[in-house]
Amino acid sequence: MHIIESGNVAAATGVMLSRAQVIAAYPITPQTPLTEKLSEFVESGQLGAQYIPVESEHSAMAVCIAASTAGTRAFTATSANGLLYMNEQLHWAVGARLPIVMCVANRGIGAPWTVWNDHQDSMAQRDVGWIQLYANDHQQIIDTVIKAFRLAQTVSIPVMVCYDGYLLSHTYMPFDRPEQSEVDRFLPAFAPKHFLDPQNPGNFNTVTLPDVRQGVDGVMEPGYIEIRHNLHQDLRAALESYEEIDRDFVKHFGRGGTPFVEEYRCDDARFVAVAIGSLSYQLRDVIDIMREDGIAIGVMGVQMYRPFPDQAIARALSGKECVVVLEKALSYGNQGPLYGDIKSALYRLADRPVLHNYILGLGGREIKTQQLLDALSESCSEPKAIEDTPRWIGLKLQE
Amino acid sequence: MAKKDYCKMISRSKPGPGDGGNTGSWRVMRPIINLDKCIPVKTGKIACFNCWLYCPDCVVTKTIPPTIDLSFCKGCGICAEECPADAIEMVDEASQTEKEK
Amino acid sequence: MRKDIIEIRWHGRGGQGAITAAKIVANGAFVSGYKGVVMAPTFGTERRGAPVFTSLKISREKIYDLSPIATPDMVVVLDHTLLDEVDVVAGLKENGLVILNAPPPASAYNFGGARVAVSDVTTHGVTAGLPPGIVNSGIIGAFAKASGLVDIDTLIRAIEEEFTGKKPELNARAARIAYENTSVGEK
Repeated sequence: MHIIESGNVAAATGVMLSRAQVIAAYPITPQTPLTEKLSEFVESGQLGAQYIPVESEHSAMAVCIAASTAGTRAFTATSANGLLYMNEQLHWAVGARLPIVMCVANRGIGAPWTVWNDHQDSMAQRDVGWIQLYANDHQQIIDTVIKAFRLAQTVSIPVMVCYDGYLLSHTYMPFDRPEQSEVDRFLPAFAPKHFLDPQNPGNFNTVTLPDVRQGVDGVMEPGYIEIRHNLHQDLRAALESYEEIDRDFVKHFGRGGTPFVEEYRCDDARFVAVAIGSLSYQLRDVIDIMREDGIAIGVMGVQMYRPFPDQAIARALSGKECVVVLEKALSYGNQGPLYGDIKSALYRLADRPVLHNYILGLGGREIKTQQLLDALSESCSEPKAIEDTPRWIGLKLQE
Repeated sequence: MAKKDYCKMISRSKPGPGDGGNTGSWRVMRPIINLDKCIPVKTGKIACFNCWLYCPDCVVTKTIPPTIDLSFCKGCGICAEECPADAIEMVDEASQTEKEK
Repeated sequence: MRKDIIEIRWHGRGGQGAITAAKIVANGAFVSGYKGVVMAPTFGTERRGAPVFTSLKISREKIYDLSPIATPDMVVVLDHTLLDEVDVVAGLKENGLVILNAPPPASAYNFGGARVAVSDVTTHGVTAGLPPGIVNSGIIGAFAKASGLVDIDTLIRAIEEEFTGKKPELNARAARIAYENTSVGEK
């Protein structure tokens, strides 16, 4: 059933359809309407969950950790400084292998204070170990939330579903709201692998020694490094798990098929623009204009960022002349985070493309189609100019 | 506002009228001071000046009588709320403007 | 840039319901076959009474560009007191249309030669039985008459759906009255 609603409502609806059981969240622009909608769903009885208002994002994740450890399907949502506030708990949740799902309405980070969109918040968390999925429009938001719950419980790793604050969270567009019965067939009830159980008493995530040790039952227990090694291995294996889950989603709902990257006019392209989120869709208009002028260019949107689908990206970009990575984040003092990841994914290729990096849209600086067109035209006209310093789009007040 | 020397390192703004724009136009309710009830006016002395003290936009003058700068008063009503003499009434802005026309 | 997108910019004050009005038109357009519909409010701090604008883009095809409208085809103004504060016709395309909540005649308003349609939506709302100041349902009627983009019956249905539980019949009536009392000026 098609409805016209905001991205936040799309996310909330996805959470409701996924039958989340415990929701603990703290409001923060631009996520707030998502939490408000969820509390409406709980109040009206449409969602049979426990909604726990907390006094901070740090507590929101703490409550989710507790709820998940007790064996329930837990959800929270946040943005920007809220995500950073719970940073310590993010590390905990992933080390504890809890299948929590969180929506992040991407927003820039202070100082200076901003409420507008960029990707610095989730990018700053890319090393934590959470799975990171990015949605390009409202349909992808609701679909990815549902897939995220299944992925999280399949691999026992928490998943964050990210979408552009304001640009997606607050804009309205049509999307299909899946039927509850179909979602129930796609997403089985949560059967936790390890949970607090009085019948089987145990301690979770206590002080763990550097070395392995023998437990009271004679079983060898892993040390810290084994736990973390296993997390990394399971994250890499999650690439295949997500591909399977996405294939199954296509079977149930007729949509999807782009778990790692979503390509537009890339097959015969000499140049490829790469971006994350709604920007990758805005770039399609630019691609069409340049194609009309005879430039063989396409755009690729990265949908799964962690684990990084390096092989899929290497396959997609191998043989291209120039790849232009446009991003709304920066690893300060170095280069764009996505740019660095793509560069290393292409390292072993014999015929690797020239790479360009653009930083844009920080703090919600408006991104005009004309600016994208100018930047891509410039890159395509001088592709061999090898440079590692990011270029910037949309700066003002520069002498 | 001319911004010839913007600070490159940090984000900052300096105090001054109108940094937020023509906020007086946002007003839906306008504060009207009843001079018969206003304590500084009645006593002729420096008295409470709660309106001046509590105004979040500093549009009330600490004078006898207090005056309100309507170019920036947003009509929040805090002055009316804090006045110990109930001397300030919040009236509908649209009707006031009609009356003045 | 894409020529198939119809860009409508809505100007109002925070709390007047410009977003709801644009959303209703978006719904009406979608059921009328416009697959591509994107409605984007002003992003940022919100305050009752402050000028806001909403961008509504409509196309037969899916729309990928979510950036705010720079060159609108139509401008809808819910509050004529905004005219002193905001350049509502900034970027208006040649042959653009201004739909204004104000008493007729349309000729009383000059927007540099743009076509103007006026309707005293504020009064029509009261006539319909709504409390004074509700203009976001009536303005849809004016929009329907002046633009001819979506037919009034579809929009009335969308209004009734949106205002379920909030006097839907009165809001629908306000739109109907405004529709029948919209004067479209000559160029």
